[in-house]
Amino acid sequence: MPQTLTAFIGQLDPIAPEFLIIGVALAILVIDLFTDRKYKAVLGWIGLAGVICSAVLTVQLMQEGAHGAFFGNTFLLDPFANYFKLVFYVSCGLGILVSLKYLEIEDIHRGEYYALMLFATSGMMLMASAGDLISLYLGLELMALSIYVLAGFMRRDSRSNEAGIKYLLLGSFSSGIMLYGMSLLYGLAGTTNLNGILAFLKGADLGNPVLFLAMIMLMVSFGFKVAAVPFHMWVPDVYEGAPTSVTAFMSAGPKVAGFAVLLRVFIHALGPLHADASTVFALLALLTMAVGNIMAITQTNIKRMLAYSSIAHAGYALVGLAAGGPDGAASVMLYVLIYAVMNMGAFGVVIMLRKAGVRGEEISDFAGLGKTNKTAAFLMLIFLFSLTGIPPMAGFIGKFYIFKSAVQAGLVWLAVAGVLFSAVSAYFYLRVIMQMYMYEPKEEFSLVRSPALALALAISVTAVIIIGVYPTGVLEFARASVMGLL
Amino acid sequence: MLELIPNQLGYPLLSLLIFLPVAGGVLLLAVRDARAARWTALLFSLAELALCIPLLTKFDGSIPHMQFGESVAWIKDWNIHYRIGVDGISVLFVALTALLTTVSIMVSWTSIQDRVREFMIAMLFLEAGMIGVFAALDLFLFYVFWEAMLIPMYLLIGIWGGPNRLYAAIKFFLYTLVGSVLMLVAILAVYFTAGGTFDVLQLMNHQFGRTFQLWAFAAFFAAFAVKVPMFPFHTWLPDAHVEAPTAGSIILAGILIKMGAYGFLRFSLPLFPHAAIAWTPTIMVLSVFAIIYGAYMAFAQTDFKKLIAYSSVSHMGFVTLGIFAMNSQGVEGGLLQMINHGISTGALFLAVGVIYERTHTRMIADYGGIAAKVPVYATFLMIITLSSIGLPGTNGFIGEFAILLGAFQYKAVYAVIGSIGIILGAGYMLWLYQRVAFGTMTNPHNEHLQDMNLREVAAALPLVVLVFWIGLYPNAAFSVMHASTENLIRHVHAKTQAPALPAAASAAGAVSGN
Repeated sequence: MPQTLTAFIGQLDPIAPEFLIIGVALAILVIDLFTDRKYKAVLGWIGLAGVICSAVLTVQLMQEGAHGAFFGNTFLLDPFANYFKLVFYVSCGLGILVSLKYLEIEDIHRGEYYALMLFATSGMMLMASAGDLISLYLGLELMALSIYVLAGFMRRDSRSNEAGIKYLLLGSFSSGIMLYGMSLLYGLAGTTNLNGILAFLKGADLGNPVLFLAMIMLMVSFGFKVAAVPFHMWVPDVYEGAPTSVTAFMSAGPKVAGFAVLLRVFIHALGPLHADASTVFALLALLTMAVGNIMAITQTNIKRMLAYSSIAHAGYALVGLAAGGPDGAASVMLYVLIYAVMNMGAFGVVIMLRKAGVRGEEISDFAGLGKTNKTAAFLMLIFLFSLTGIPPMAGFIGKFYIFKSAVQAGLVWLAVAGVLFSAVSAYFYLRVIMQMYMYEPKEEFSLVRSPALALALAISVTAVIIIGVYPTGVLEFARASVMGLL
Repeated sequence: MLELIPNQLGYPLLSLLIFLPVAGGVLLLAVRDARAARWTALLFSLAELALCIPLLTKFDGSIPHMQFGESVAWIKDWNIHYRIGVDGISVLFVALTALLTTVSIMVSWTSIQDRVREFMIAMLFLEAGMIGVFAALDLFLFYVFWEAMLIPMYLLIGIWGGPNRLYAAIKFFLYTLVGSVLMLVAILAVYFTAGGTFDVLQLMNHQFGRTFQLWAFAAFFAAFAVKVPMFPFHTWLPDAHVEAPTAGSIILAGILIKMGAYGFLRFSLPLFPHAAIAWTPTIMVLSVFAIIYGAYMAFAQTDFKKLIAYSSVSHMGFVTLGIFAMNSQGVEGGLLQMINHGISTGALFLAVGVIYERTHTRMIADYGGIAAKVPVYATFLMIITLSSIGLPGTNGFIGEFAILLGAFQYKAVYAVIGSIGIILGAGYMLWLYQRVAFGTMTNPHNEHLQDMNLREVAAALPLVVLVFWIGLYPNAAFSVMHASTENLIRHVHAKTQAPALPAAASAAGAVSGN
């Protein structure tokens, strides 16, 4: 018996990072019971430690060159999955750092928060490693359910309640569509295994309308997760209503995970269908960039504006999916990493404006920040120019690679549309900069100060500038990681 | 063909020129005191000027090649290099940038009181970006500098500008950005069509297909025409000039708008010669239109700065007229006129800034009869006005004369219309001078006007010297640029005589790419 147990535990090596994250989440739930209200931050730090240890495990697995399919081919360990896992660690780590003080201010500092964040992260990791539609779905639901709860975490706030319930309802609906699409695919291919589906498609009649229907259904449901237009309706309300720290996490983690499965399914498993998929992705990208960027112009609430901006950024990443091929996939991977970091940074500054009694969510609340707090304003300036895609910030490198792959794939029209919409985006990002630097402060108010938040901002800004000036390292990493996919 | 001659000075001159201001800007982050910030910025800009001495003395004007070259792999996966060098076309702009930045910092000494440190940081970053644009020999690197420069300029206008600065700043930013991003797509298309390189010198030797050239030229044109600005893409310029602080206006008029014309010379002509020839008639018409329209609008202005802004539109029309005449007089004249315009319009904005700091009005009607009160100022303004008009003996004359010669060789009618523009220019500038300096003093506020102080004279003096130096001894400038412009013209003509690739082959090349 012990022998079988050791053998069993030995098999768990490839999934050790996921286990660690879940273990830490469970531990947090237990420790929470014995932790005084004043010391809830400890739980956050425990969570962060868990994320870091898990990252170390993943790096070890990468160095060992562990590679393969496990647990009946439902779990894939490859450079592609590991790349995304590292992005999730970054989003989750930064998410915890920006949450610590915010939860205190909002008076919602409870242990479950961190546990849910870790559960969501483990779900995302499973999504990135999924080798089977079933494990993909499990990961996705684990992530989504945790985030539904997080979005409604401010029980006494009606906006937060609305956010939670809205996300839950629409999210369940999209899950239903996904399952429908998966079942159609299973009906055709006779397997839920991604490699099996690929093998089936190589010999199948690609003109089959049912196949096309299945593909569209998967696109719709994944499109919902990454907030592609026209499946984006939930985004502004949920982003606005959710606690800002959750919005920050939500705009990075789940969106990136959505792109991980989009790549895994549409570039790898449904690869033979890419000619059709590419057209649909191109149209989705165009719509998403258009609606996201144009709607963002009229927003007065910074969270809603960043919500529409995050829709627009999904549009740019979809351009990379439409381009396809190793460079298209690598450009999406690089883009989501850069996007996660710069967006977390921007939300971090928004959180700094939140004080008891001051919501700090209106764009006009930024007025005069360049005078009252030079450092915060300067950081926001860098994040906003990065989001616009102005060099030498990382956002430029991300967009450059996306549009480069689009031109390479012959989608010049899409690249032109993309760059023009990113010029449109300059308008609303600059409005925030204007408020910070070109308006006088309305009233004196000091910002939230917390070492954790400062650390998160320092990490993001360093990453944004380093990737912007010398992208070679991450670029090579993204390009090497795509090998697991193709 | 053009070569990149490695830098043999023993120290990376161009990199120093680019990164010294960056270092200065970063250092300024640690400076708290406004006075210290001013001095730090001035010292760094003077150090830049000092670096221009070896740049100009060690530069060999007898060869067309890129000199002081440096090349380091930057982003290997995309075959991008940090590749810089200057030839006769760009070397003078680098020096002019260093000079005008110093001048701008000096004129901002007392007029900028709010957030001095940030202002100086923006100035130094802007300088780095501008020099980078002129030195870059890799399209990606060029684009990075080209865009990055927008940030400090946007902030300069938006934070330290006049009452309507927000509108002007965002208009400036969006106009230039829209033009630039189209160029970005064209840069990518060029990269793939030419087999995966951003190396400008290598691309110059590549023969692009005719259809491809037309499209790529149009996209580059979008970026450069907005920057120049050519009619009808000029509407951001009067707004930006009027609202920008003096230093911003000097840089904008002196350097930034030259980058568009520089882009034509460095990229559009050698890379897409067929398209350039095809586009020439259109551009010539737009140029003469800008000359007349700018002058006409200048007559109607009541605002000192706006008048100069419209005169810039007119003058830049001359520049593009000369460049697209595509003969040696035209191109050399256009290039020289860019330098000249940088000097004289920079000086004009300096003159406006000097007096605005005292009176806080830019309305021409608020002046009049100040010559007796402020003789030094009036003399300075007179010299600059005459230079702007193109009086023989000043720099303006040489440039405009060469351009008209070139335009005449292309088609006499353009030279004729151009000459009308010169006459109009003399009209509005002299009328401006008359209204500001002569007549009776009607505004009692001007009774106690102070003349230019030592600092202002020191800032203005180098510009005045250059006005006469180039005016009396133009060979000093021509000898630097001659080899490069000749080579450029030869290159364009040689390439257009060789047959371009058939259209179909190039279209396929754009798709299959790397």
